[in-house]
Amino acid sequence: MSVLVILEERNGKISRTSWEAAAAAQQLAGTNPVIAAVLGAQTESLAAEAAAKPFAKVIRVEHALLAPYTPDAFTAALRQLIQKESPTHIVFPHTYQVRDYAPALATRMGQVLLGDVIAIEDGPVFTRQLMQGRLNGEYKHTGSGPCFVSVQAGAFRGSDDAGPQQTKAQIELFRPSLDPAQIRTKPGEPFRGSAQTVDLGSAQLIVSVGRGIREAENLPLVEELAKALGAELAASRPICDNGWLPMERQVGSSGQSVAPKLYLAVGISGAIQHLVGMKGSQCIVAINKDPDAPIFEVADYGIVGDLFEVVPALTEAIKAAR
Amino acid sequence: MKIIVAIKQVPERDAPLRIASDAKGIEERELQWAMNEPDAYALEEALQLKEKHGGEVVIVSAGPERVGATIREALAKGADRGIHIVADDLAARDALGVAQLLAAAVKPESPDLVLTGLQSEDLGLGQTGVILAELLNLPHASLILQVEISSADSPQAQIKAKRELEEGWFQSIEMPTPAVLTIQSGGNKLRYATLMGIKRAKTKELRTLDATSLGAAAAPVAVLDKITLPQKKKSTQIIPGAAKEAAATLVEKLKSEARVL
Ligand SMILES: Cc1cc2nc3c(=O)[nH]c(=O)nc-3n(C[C@H](O)[C@H](O)[C@H](O)COP(=O)(O)OP(=O)(O)OC[C@H]3O[C@@H](n4cnc5c(N)ncnc54)[C@H](O)[C@@H]3O)c2cc1C
Ligand SMILES: Nc1ncnc2c1ncn2[C@@H]1O[C@H](COP(=O)(O)O)[C@@H](O)[C@H]1O
Repeated sequence: MSVLVILEERNGKISRTSWEAAAAAQQLAGTNPVIAAVLGAQTESLAAEAAAKPFAKVIRVEHALLAPYTPDAFTAALRQLIQKESPTHIVFPHTYQVRDYAPALATRMGQVLLGDVIAIEDGPVFTRQLMQGRLNGEYKHTGSGPCFVSVQAGAFRGSDDAGPQQTKAQIELFRPSLDPAQIRTKPGEPFRGSAQTVDLGSAQLIVSVGRGIREAENLPLVEELAKALGAELAASRPICDNGWLPMERQVGSSGQSVAPKLYLAVGISGAIQHLVGMKGSQCIVAINKDPDAPIFEVADYGIVGDLFEVVPALTEAIKAAR
Repeated sequence: MKIIVAIKQVPERDAPLRIASDAKGIEERELQWAMNEPDAYALEEALQLKEKHGGEVVIVSAGPERVGATIREALAKGADRGIHIVADDLAARDALGVAQLLAAAVKPESPDLVLTGLQSEDLGLGQTGVILAELLNLPHASLILQVEISSADSPQAQIKAKRELEEGWFQSIEMPTPAVLTIQSGGNKLRYATLMGIKRAKTKELRTLDATSLGAAAAPVAVLDKITLPQKKKSTQIIPGAAKEAAATLVEKLKSEARVL
């Protein structure tokens, strides 16, 4: 067995989720070697950062056409690398970028990506969430080709701390052969959405509302609760998708990350994309009618019940206590 | 232009879930079914493009007989015709196996644009659209919120798509047609089917294709072995009692135990 882990860059450094993928790769490999790869047009500093970790080696996959990212260039380059190194497993962080090319890469090699994995057990058995986190599915990889796995943010404990290792991993340069004609999409520069006027990131108290509220007309119910608490109002994605609240109030992977003292989730199921934006809160309270809702996996306190009864009662209780 | 929208039928969101006795699926008997939400946004985008540029919107969906109702729903909202790939064995296929079925149905249509949802609400693979692009050998972009087409009538039609990035960032991606885009929810406001639309849908073409006629399924590579209930990692204090009582207890605990109020 040999495991290849693909590390991603973020703001000039190797991203946190990449270190988590490296931890998953290490767990999968056991005592077998783990090789790391960084991709880009200039990968020297990233490779140096990776080399401080106990990898068997670090490969710089470098080509002018690898920046900016395109699925075509990444797919072609990684296929060449995988053919050369022939790892048995390839591990990725499950980022938006990986979602965009890894399924195509696996397909091109006659394989299927085991995506968004949250645990790896002996076998190996790969666990991923089903039904928006309400169930888990245990998957096995059959077939003879390499096994492609991407791991969910936060599921494995990774760190950029190099630990006690003294010697640095050896760095190799790999130049894939890429042709501009292979690249069919033209990416533009990243830009921000509308101006941010609320800073949920520094809020101490947050009341967050999800689809359990049913209709925009019911929003005053949670607005009153937020007012009684002196809290900011936030929401899950569907509330913003529907235009009931502006997108700047969305918490989660595509919205804001928050870490208040108190996060009160009302009628939110607790899908992973929501959880990554609020798990770091000091105290999490969930109000949900479904006792099995995944939000209760991260909540400190929960009330299982109908929000249309619980929320007004809570507003009253807070007013009374103040 | 001809736009194909891949739509998956999934269990209704709040449906109570029971794991089937073989632990390989969920009990389907009492389930209600609905259109996968991102697919509804893909359909909306397709309908708006058709309103702007003319052409045809074709729905393709693979699944058992019940899937017909979801295709009719899309026809009622304004799609022109539907292709139902009748397959009772979807659970035995992996993402590649399902995408192969869709590719076999899509290819002879020679569409200008194929839209899928970003991710299904049941399996949550988030892969089928990207695999489909690879199988059809077409350029793709994922996590798309909005699509603009320039010179739609010419063979040089270009796509400009707004792609979502993490943490509130976006980028725009350009590519030629034909192409595959996977649509993220929230880019548009969804329309409802009108009574007239529902009536019209009954007369629209809904062709069935037998999955077995589209080629044998390859042995799956990613095999779902067992479904389990997630184990709680954190112990949540569930506060008992009727609403009023529970609310009072919670406030008390937030003040004196958690000390966050
Ligand atoms: C790439 C990607 C990015 C995403 N980014 C984000 C993001 O940034 N933020 C985000 O939030 N989501 C994001 N999502 C969507 C996410 O996967 C979920 O679909 C979403 O978080 C669900 O929102 P919800 O919990 O409000 O709705 P649902 O999942 O529909 O949950 C509603 C909950 O309300 C409960 N409920 C219903 N009625 C009542 C009642 N009367 N009383 C009490 N409880 C009730 C139900 O039991 C249920 O648990 C993203 C998805 C993808 C694929
Ligand atoms: N059986 C199916 N029939 C039609 N479209 C499908 C099917 N399965 C998946 N899709 C499409 O692929 C998208 C992504 O699904 P998934 O890869 O399962 O997350 C869905 O949103 C649909 O657009």
